[in-house]
Amino acid sequence: MDIWMKVGSALLLGAMIIYLWPRAKIMMQESPKGSSDDWKTASIALLGVIGFVILLMMAV
Amino acid sequence: MFDNMTSFNTTIAAPAVDTSKVLRNTYSLLAMTLIFSALMAGLSVMMQMPPFTYLLSVGGSMLLMWFVLPKTANSAKGVGVVFAITGLLGFGLGPVLTNYLSLPNGGQIVATAFGGTGVIFLGLSAYALTTRKDFSFMGGFLMAGMLMVLVAALANIFLELPLMSVVISSVVILIMSGFILYDTSRMIHGGETNYLLMTVGLYLSIFNIFVSLLQLLGFASGDE
Repeated sequence: MDIWMKVGSALLLGAMIIYLWPRAKIMMQESPKGSSDDWKTASIALLGVIGFVILLMMAV
Repeated sequence: MFDNMTSFNTTIAAPAVDTSKVLRNTYSLLAMTLIFSALMAGLSVMMQMPPFTYLLSVGGSMLLMWFVLPKTANSAKGVGVVFAITGLLGFGLGPVLTNYLSLPNGGQIVATAFGGTGVIFLGLSAYALTTRKDFSFMGGFLMAGMLMVLVAALANIFLELPLMSVVISSVVILIMSGFILYDTSRMIHGGETNYLLMTVGLYLSIFNIFVSLLQLLGFASGDE
Protein backbone atom coordinates (compact mmCIF):
# COMPACT_ATOMS: atom_id res chain seq x y z
CA MET A 1 0.00 0.00 0.00
CA ASP A 2 1.22 3.45 -0.90
CA ILE A 3 2.46 5.45 2.13
CA TRP A 4 -0.19 8.15 1.64
CA MET A 5 -2.92 5.53 1.46
CA LYS A 6 -1.57 4.11 4.74
CA VAL A 7 -1.55 7.52 6.38
CA GLY A 8 -5.05 8.28 5.07
CA SER A 9 -6.42 4.91 6.24
CA ALA A 10 -4.80 5.34 9.65
CA LEU A 11 -6.30 8.82 10.01
CA LEU A 12 -9.76 7.52 9.05
CA LEU A 13 -9.59 4.60 11.47
CA GLY A 14 -8.21 6.85 14.21
CA ALA A 15 -11.08 9.30 13.68
CA MET A 16 -13.60 6.45 13.86
CA ILE A 17 -12.12 5.18 17.14
CA ILE A 18 -12.15 8.69 18.67
CA TYR A 19 -15.72 9.31 17.47
CA LEU A 20 -17.06 5.93 18.53
CA TRP A 21 -15.32 5.59 21.90
CA PRO A 22 -17.67 7.77 24.05
CA ARG A 23 -20.76 6.27 22.38
CA ALA A 24 -19.42 2.75 22.76
CA LYS A 25 -18.78 3.38 26.46
CA ILE A 26 -22.38 4.49 26.99
CA MET A 27 -23.71 1.51 25.04
CA MET A 28 -21.54 -0.93 26.99
CA GLN A 29 -22.78 0.52 30.28
CA GLU A 30 -26.44 0.83 29.36
CA SER A 31 -27.06 -2.31 27.32
CA PRO A 32 -29.48 -4.72 28.97
CA LYS A 33 -27.99 -8.05 30.02
CA GLY A 34 -29.01 -11.02 27.91
CA SER A 35 -30.00 -14.37 29.36
CA SER A 36 -28.30 -17.57 28.24
CA ASP A 37 -31.37 -18.27 26.12
CA ASP A 38 -30.99 -14.85 24.42
CA TRP A 39 -27.36 -15.54 23.62
CA LYS A 40 -28.26 -19.00 22.34
CA THR A 41 -30.76 -17.49 19.89
CA ALA A 42 -28.17 -15.01 18.63
CA SER A 43 -25.43 -17.66 18.45
CA ILE A 44 -27.56 -19.91 16.23
CA ALA A 45 -27.87 -17.12 13.67
CA LEU A 46 -24.18 -16.19 13.83
CA LEU A 47 -23.10 -19.84 13.56
CA GLY A 48 -25.27 -20.05 10.46
CA VAL A 49 -23.38 -17.08 9.01
CA ILE A 50 -20.01 -18.70 9.82
CA GLY A 51 -21.07 -21.95 8.13
CA PHE A 52 -22.35 -20.10 5.08
CA VAL A 53 -19.14 -18.05 4.70
CA ILE A 54 -17.03 -21.22 4.95
CA LEU A 55 -19.21 -22.76 2.24
CA LEU A 56 -18.69 -19.72 0.00
CA MET A 57 -14.92 -19.81 0.58
CA MET A 58 -14.85 -23.46 -0.44
CA ALA A 59 -16.91 -22.69 -3.55
CA VAL A 60 -14.55 -20.14 -5.12
CA MET B 1 -14.65 -0.89 7.69
CA PHE B 2 -16.78 1.28 9.80
CA ASP B 3 -20.22 0.90 10.98
CA ASN B 4 -23.29 1.79 12.86
CA MET B 5 -22.14 5.22 13.82
CA THR B 6 -25.70 6.26 13.43
CA SER B 7 -27.73 3.39 14.72
CA PHE B 8 -27.12 3.98 18.39
CA ASN B 9 -27.14 7.71 18.71
CA THR B 10 -30.73 8.80 18.39
CA THR B 11 -34.03 7.48 19.43
CA ILE B 12 -36.55 9.85 17.97
CA ALA B 13 -39.54 10.26 20.22
CA ALA B 14 -42.62 9.21 18.31
CA PRO B 15 -44.82 7.23 20.67
CA ALA B 16 -47.56 6.22 18.28
CA VAL B 17 -45.37 5.19 15.38
CA ASP B 18 -46.43 1.93 13.80
CA THR B 19 -43.44 -0.41 13.72
CA SER B 20 -44.59 -2.02 10.48
CA LYS B 21 -44.48 1.44 8.88
CA VAL B 22 -40.91 1.92 10.08
CA LEU B 23 -40.00 -1.49 8.68
CA ARG B 24 -41.68 -0.80 5.35
CA ASN B 25 -40.10 2.64 4.95
CA THR B 26 -36.68 1.38 5.98
CA TYR B 27 -36.67 -1.57 3.58
CA SER B 28 -38.04 0.54 0.69
CA LEU B 29 -35.38 3.21 1.16
CA LEU B 30 -32.70 0.57 1.71
CA ALA B 31 -33.61 -1.12 -1.59
CA MET B 32 -33.44 2.21 -3.43
CA THR B 33 -30.12 3.21 -1.86
CA LEU B 34 -28.61 -0.19 -2.67
CA ILE B 35 -29.60 0.17 -6.33
CA PHE B 36 -28.26 3.74 -6.40
CA SER B 37 -25.07 2.63 -4.70
CA ALA B 38 -24.59 -0.21 -7.23
CA LEU B 39 -25.07 2.27 -10.09
CA MET B 40 -22.47 4.60 -8.56
CA ALA B 41 -20.07 1.67 -8.12
CA GLY B 42 -20.58 0.72 -11.78
CA LEU B 43 -19.91 4.30 -12.84
CA SER B 44 -16.75 4.37 -10.75
CA VAL B 45 -15.54 1.11 -12.34
CA MET B 46 -16.22 2.48 -15.83
CA MET B 47 -14.34 5.67 -15.00
CA GLN B 48 -11.39 3.59 -13.71
CA MET B 49 -11.14 5.68 -10.55
CA PRO B 50 -7.79 5.57 -8.70
CA PRO B 51 -7.44 3.71 -5.34
CA PHE B 52 -7.54 6.82 -3.14
CA THR B 53 -11.14 7.35 -4.30
CA TYR B 54 -12.12 4.76 -1.71
CA LEU B 55 -10.53 6.71 1.13
CA LEU B 56 -11.99 10.03 0.01
CA SER B 57 -15.46 8.52 -0.38
CA VAL B 58 -15.39 6.82 3.02
CA GLY B 59 -14.06 10.03 4.63
CA GLY B 60 -16.75 12.13 2.95
CA SER B 61 -19.54 9.75 3.91
CA MET B 62 -18.28 9.66 7.51
CA LEU B 63 -18.44 13.45 7.71
CA LEU B 64 -22.00 13.38 6.36
CA MET B 65 -22.99 10.64 8.81
CA TRP B 66 -21.49 12.34 11.83
CA PHE B 67 -22.25 16.01 11.22
CA VAL B 68 -25.05 16.34 8.65
CA LEU B 69 -27.35 13.33 9.06
CA PRO B 70 -28.10 13.88 12.79
CA LYS B 71 -29.29 17.42 11.95
CA THR B 72 -31.41 16.41 8.95
CA ALA B 73 -32.72 13.00 10.01
CA ASN B 74 -36.11 14.41 10.93
CA SER B 75 -36.66 16.38 7.74
CA ALA B 76 -37.11 15.67 4.03
CA LYS B 77 -33.51 16.82 3.46
CA GLY B 78 -32.43 13.70 5.32
CA VAL B 79 -33.46 11.49 2.38
CA GLY B 80 -31.03 13.40 0.14
CA VAL B 81 -28.29 13.02 2.75
CA VAL B 82 -28.91 9.25 2.92
CA PHE B 83 -28.58 9.02 -0.88
CA ALA B 84 -25.42 11.15 -0.75
CA ILE B 85 -23.87 8.85 1.89
CA THR B 86 -24.74 5.62 0.10
CA GLY B 87 -23.86 7.04 -3.33
CA LEU B 88 -20.45 8.14 -2.07
CA LEU B 89 -19.77 4.75 -0.52
CA GLY B 90 -20.87 3.00 -3.71
CA PHE B 91 -18.63 5.25 -5.80
CA GLY B 92 -15.74 4.50 -3.43
CA LEU B 93 -16.20 0.77 -4.06
CA GLY B 94 -15.23 1.27 -7.72
CA PRO B 95 -11.43 0.91 -7.34
CA VAL B 96 -11.91 -2.12 -5.03
CA LEU B 97 -14.14 -3.83 -7.60
CA THR B 98 -11.76 -2.91 -10.44
CA ASN B 99 -8.96 -4.56 -8.48
CA TYR B 100 -10.92 -7.79 -7.96
CA LEU B 101 -12.31 -7.86 -11.49
CA SER B 102 -8.76 -7.79 -12.85
CA LEU B 103 -8.05 -11.16 -11.18
CA PRO B 104 -8.41 -14.38 -13.23
CA ASN B 105 -11.60 -15.42 -11.40
CA GLY B 106 -12.47 -11.89 -10.26
CA GLY B 107 -15.93 -11.94 -11.78
CA GLN B 108 -16.80 -15.07 -9.82
CA ILE B 109 -15.42 -13.59 -6.56
CA VAL B 110 -17.43 -10.36 -6.95
CA ALA B 111 -20.61 -12.22 -7.92
CA THR B 112 -20.23 -14.67 -5.01
CA ALA B 113 -19.61 -11.85 -2.53
CA PHE B 114 -22.63 -9.99 -3.88
CA GLY B 115 -24.93 -13.02 -3.68
CA GLY B 116 -23.49 -14.10 -0.32
CA THR B 117 -24.08 -10.66 1.19
CA GLY B 118 -27.68 -10.76 -0.02
CA VAL B 119 -28.28 -14.20 1.47
CA ILE B 120 -26.72 -13.20 4.83
CA PHE B 121 -28.79 -10.00 5.04
CA LEU B 122 -32.07 -11.62 4.01
CA GLY B 123 -31.48 -14.65 6.23
CA LEU B 124 -30.66 -12.61 9.34
CA SER B 125 -33.52 -10.16 8.74
CA ALA B 126 -35.96 -13.03 8.31
CA TYR B 127 -34.58 -14.65 11.48
CA ALA B 128 -35.04 -11.47 13.53
CA LEU B 129 -38.48 -10.80 12.05
CA THR B 130 -39.82 -14.30 12.56
CA THR B 131 -38.40 -14.96 16.05
CA ARG B 132 -39.33 -11.37 17.10
CA LYS B 133 -36.61 -11.74 19.71
CA ASP B 134 -35.25 -8.58 21.34
CA PHE B 135 -31.54 -8.46 20.47
CA SER B 136 -30.90 -5.15 22.30
CA PHE B 137 -28.69 -7.02 24.79
CA MET B 138 -26.09 -7.36 22.01
CA GLY B 139 -25.47 -3.60 21.74
CA GLY B 140 -22.59 -3.26 24.20
CA PHE B 141 -20.95 -6.48 23.01
CA LEU B 142 -21.13 -5.40 19.35
CA MET B 143 -19.72 -1.93 20.05
CA ALA B 144 -16.85 -3.37 22.12
CA GLY B 145 -16.10 -5.81 19.30
CA MET B 146 -16.27 -3.01 16.76
CA LEU B 147 -13.75 -0.91 18.67
CA MET B 148 -11.37 -3.87 19.01
CA VAL B 149 -11.59 -4.53 15.27
CA LEU B 150 -10.87 -0.87 14.48
CA VAL B 151 -7.78 -0.93 16.70
CA ALA B 152 -6.62 -4.21 15.12
CA ALA B 153 -7.21 -2.81 11.61
CA LEU B 154 -5.27 0.33 12.52
CA ALA B 155 -2.33 -1.78 13.72
CA ASN B 156 -2.48 -3.99 10.63
CA ILE B 157 -2.11 -1.03 8.27
CA PHE B 158 1.51 -0.92 9.37
CA LEU B 159 2.04 -4.60 10.30
CA GLU B 160 0.62 -5.84 6.97
CA LEU B 161 -0.03 -9.38 8.22
CA PRO B 162 -2.21 -11.26 5.69
CA LEU B 163 -3.56 -13.69 8.29
CA MET B 164 -4.58 -10.80 10.53
CA SER B 165 -6.46 -9.27 7.59
CA VAL B 166 -8.39 -12.52 7.20
CA VAL B 167 -9.19 -12.63 10.92
CA ILE B 168 -10.30 -8.98 10.88
CA SER B 169 -12.55 -9.56 7.84
CA SER B 170 -14.10 -12.62 9.49
CA VAL B 171 -14.79 -10.77 12.72
CA VAL B 172 -16.23 -7.80 10.79
CA ILE B 173 -18.71 -10.15 9.06
CA LEU B 174 -19.78 -11.53 12.44
CA ILE B 175 -20.11 -8.10 14.06
CA MET B 176 -22.06 -6.68 11.12
CA SER B 177 -24.31 -9.76 11.17
CA GLY B 178 -24.90 -9.03 14.86
CA PHE B 179 -25.75 -5.42 13.99
CA ILE B 180 -28.33 -6.60 11.43
CA LEU B 181 -30.05 -8.63 14.17
CA TYR B 182 -29.72 -5.75 16.63
CA ASP B 183 -31.03 -3.07 14.23
CA THR B 184 -33.90 -5.22 12.93
CA SER B 185 -35.00 -6.05 16.46
CA ARG B 186 -34.83 -2.34 17.38
CA MET B 187 -37.25 -1.59 14.56
CA ILE B 188 -39.60 -4.39 15.65
CA HIS B 189 -39.57 -3.37 19.30
CA GLY B 190 -39.78 0.37 18.71
CA GLY B 191 -36.24 1.15 19.90
CA GLU B 192 -35.67 3.19 16.76
CA THR B 193 -38.44 4.91 14.86
CA ASN B 194 -36.40 7.02 12.45
CA TYR B 195 -36.24 5.07 9.18
CA LEU B 196 -33.46 7.25 7.76
CA LEU B 197 -31.08 6.32 10.59
CA MET B 198 -32.14 2.68 10.34
CA THR B 199 -31.52 2.66 6.58
CA VAL B 200 -28.00 4.03 7.00
CA GLY B 201 -27.29 1.57 9.84
CA LEU B 202 -28.43 -1.44 7.80
CA TYR B 203 -26.71 -0.14 4.65
CA LEU B 204 -23.39 0.10 6.52
CA SER B 205 -23.75 -3.46 7.78
CA ILE B 206 -24.41 -4.71 4.24
CA PHE B 207 -21.54 -2.61 2.82
CA ASN B 208 -19.07 -3.92 5.39
CA ILE B 209 -20.17 -7.54 4.94
CA PHE B 210 -19.72 -7.20 1.16
CA VAL B 211 -16.22 -5.67 1.39
CA SER B 212 -15.08 -8.22 4.01
CA LEU B 213 -16.54 -11.11 2.05
CA LEU B 214 -14.69 -9.92 -1.06
CA GLN B 215 -11.46 -10.01 0.90
CA LEU B 216 -12.12 -13.47 2.36
CA LEU B 217 -13.11 -14.93 -1.02
CA GLY B 218 -10.06 -13.35 -2.66
CA PHE B 219 -7.90 -14.95 0.02
CA ALA B 220 -9.66 -18.33 -0.34
CA SER B 221 -9.19 -18.38 -4.09
CA GLY B 222 -5.47 -17.69 -3.64
CA ASP B 223 -5.55 -14.35 -5.42
CA GLU B 224 -4.74 -12.19 -2.40
